[in-house]
Amino acid sequence: MTIEIKKESAALVVKVAGRLDAVTAPEYEKKVNELIADGEINFVVDFEQLEYISSAGLRALLATAKRIKGKSGKILLANIKGGVKEVFDISGFGTIFPMHDSVASALSASV
Amino acid sequence: MAHKFEKIFAANIDKLAEITEFVEECADHFGLEAKQKFGLLVALEEAFVNICSYAYPNHDGMVEFACDADADADSFVMEISDSGSPFNVLSLPDPDISMDIEDRDIGGLGVYFIRRMTDKVSYRRKNDQNVLKLVLNRTS
Repeated sequence: MTIEIKKESAALVVKVAGRLDAVTAPEYEKKVNELIADGEINFVVDFEQLEYISSAGLRALLATAKRIKGKSGKILLANIKGGVKEVFDISGFGTIFPMHDSVASALSASV
Repeated sequence: MAHKFEKIFAANIDKLAEITEFVEECADHFGLEAKQKFGLLVALEEAFVNICSYAYPNHDGMVEFACDADADADSFVMEISDSGSPFNVLSLPDPDISMDIEDRDIGGLGVYFIRRMTDKVSYRRKNDQNVLKLVLNRTS
């Protein structure tokens, strides 16, 4: 898994590539928690290059979303597709996270 | 002729990448379709994580993956065995997936994925081992 961060005016874009699994999910959570500690509260998570996610990945997403929500921030997901989308759909996570077809669309919804 | 793949790994989460690679090799030999392969990898991670967390609370242990991946067979079969105390992961209830993000208890999602990502799943005790059997039917 690799994480790339890009600061946009509306939100911080967090691009996650590779696998979000039981081994890598804690790294993702740690990184986002650091960003929250730095004062960031609006996030767009870009899953364009995410190849795989399991319940451990969902758990990390949920934990960070709760923390962001506690700060009255926003976390929007972009580019969820393929097998990753299926995991979101069957777990019901597709309905609890706002999902967007592109980073641009998520950013305009973040304003 | 049946082609059987077998491999034993330490019940340690750090082995996940190696196990994923091994199972992908089995799935490719069988010719499992991409969507099913994704589901298989999720199901096996959930099963493996569960074994790493609960099967061997006081000592190191092993997990065996055995797979029938005959390219002519109608279904792909993978058995995951551990020597921990008797525990049927399938006895866990499914989570309430309709609940709000704030209230949701995430536990149970793993076993839910094991059920949903496979066509058939069963548990048995054999030779003092817990054996979880995952079956995925060929779609084409």
